[in-house]
Amino acid sequence: MAENQVPGQELDWLNDSVVVSDAEANQNVIVGKLPAVVQKVLGWGYGNSTWPLGFGIACCAIEMMAASCSKYDIARFGSEAVRMSPRQADLMIVAGTVNEKMAVVVRRLYDQMAEPKFVIAMGACASNGGPYWDTYNVVDGVHKVVPVDVYVPGCPPRPEALLQALMEIQEMLKTGKRGLITKG
Amino acid sequence: MEQAKELLVNMGPQHPSTHGVLRLMVKLDGETVTWCEPDIGYLHRCFEKLSEFKTYPQVIPFTDRTDYLAAITNELCFVEGTEKLFGDAIVVPERAQYIRVLLAEFQRICSHLLALGAMAMDIGAITPFLYAWRDREKMYSLFERITGGRMLYNYLRIGGVRNDLPAGILGTPTDGEDKADQTIWGFINYFDSYVWPQWEALVTDNRIFQWRTQDVGKLSAANAIAYGASGAVLRGSGVKFDLRKNLPNAIYDRFEFDIPVGKAGGDCFDRWIVRAEEMRQSSRIVKQALAWLAENPGETMGKVPRILKPPKGEIYHRIEGARGEVSCYIVSDGGTNPYKVKWRSPCFVHLQLMPLICPGQKIADVIAILGSIDIVLGEVDR
Repeated sequence: MAENQVPGQELDWLNDSVVVSDAEANQNVIVGKLPAVVQKVLGWGYGNSTWPLGFGIACCAIEMMAASCSKYDIARFGSEAVRMSPRQADLMIVAGTVNEKMAVVVRRLYDQMAEPKFVIAMGACASNGGPYWDTYNVVDGVHKVVPVDVYVPGCPPRPEALLQALMEIQEMLKTGKRGLITKG
Repeated sequence: MEQAKELLVNMGPQHPSTHGVLRLMVKLDGETVTWCEPDIGYLHRCFEKLSEFKTYPQVIPFTDRTDYLAAITNELCFVEGTEKLFGDAIVVPERAQYIRVLLAEFQRICSHLLALGAMAMDIGAITPFLYAWRDREKMYSLFERITGGRMLYNYLRIGGVRNDLPAGILGTPTDGEDKADQTIWGFINYFDSYVWPQWEALVTDNRIFQWRTQDVGKLSAANAIAYGASGAVLRGSGVKFDLRKNLPNAIYDRFEFDIPVGKAGGDCFDRWIVRAEEMRQSSRIVKQALAWLAENPGETMGKVPRILKPPKGEIYHRIEGARGEVSCYIVSDGGTNPYKVKWRSPCFVHLQLMPLICPGQKIADVIAILGSIDIVLGEVDR
């Protein structure tokens, strides 16, 4: 988990996918380019079908629903297939306050997801505890439980903000690099 | 080979139809539920303890976040409770009262839309959910113009409301569907002429939906009263009790509306009908408030001291929220912070009905029952 999180480091799943020997590569130019092509195709495929885990905790979940419904229509980004099973999901959107009792569940769900997996901390509560940061039961920041790729500020964030976070995740998948890729 | 008689099934806390993070433990004999027990606490955010360290105006945003689908009614409960603590010292202008009622009823429509959509989706119809959101987005854009927030507003103030309605938001009674996301009149007309008939035709009259909900999860009137149910759950069981009529807060006694009650013995379909009918009644109230507001401009904030220090005392204030009776018990020790805030949330009470209703039903009906009592976990756990 920890070594996966170094910003800018390439993801394992893209590197190990195709192995081509030097001899083959010298004989055939197309085969030599194969790893790069496969990387690109895989990244394009993963990036445009990032399926989120259907998992809403608190208020932000309502805005998450709004993002996936008529007006904001997350289907434009290929993420409308909300999977209820963590095994089929690529992206976990932690939408809401995580407390001590819930943190165990969040970690377990994260562990059950298959690689490559990404986490968006949606809203102030998931990012750092939000207005509940100093209470006795709230985990201030979901990064204490699972590694977070993108934080979305707001209480609750607008659906557009969630969509931008999703686009950042897509960019990570397409380039094969974790870490923030600012697009301005 | 000996077979196990009962199977313990664990629903949640991550489950598509538990409306958040509720864990239900269900014992099954075949497909029939023999025992059901909710496990709560996955969203306990210490609202009551936190309130003791905040000044009175600072508590208002936290009340928003208890029941995040009907934020205005929660604010209304706390704000009116605090005003009651002050006694005659704070006088709320009449226009502010009307704006409060307008928004509370508007919020009720908004909340019921999601409740109905989510219940239909739990049963297996996805389309109504999308329709609910189509209309909720229109309401959100109106709310955003009035209060600045889409969902959580922090708009009501002790002594009034934060700002007057923006110019042109009321619209005129002739506004049609094209102005549904620009004026309140536009939305209400659109709601009456298009949205409600559509729900009626699409879901309420749907045979499959009726089969899934009729005679499912029956709750008798005696049990509903004994368990302290309120709101659509109580009225669905045939008890005609609505705090807006029976113990009017704010200025509800000036409005004309009916209280719908269920007639078929309190099954899921009854609760559905009551919610759907309540939306129409709310739209009636909104229309009356709009007519008054259009003619009576004025102040929206009463005279309030800069530092709010209510006199020593305690108060219990109850109002009819979107899900039932929301009430708060505030103890003041004369300081700037409440000494204690106790929140009575309808969802918490309604969730206690699950062990009562569920045994004897099929496992698929548990979802329908949970959808019909319409819980919000933020309010259950606070």
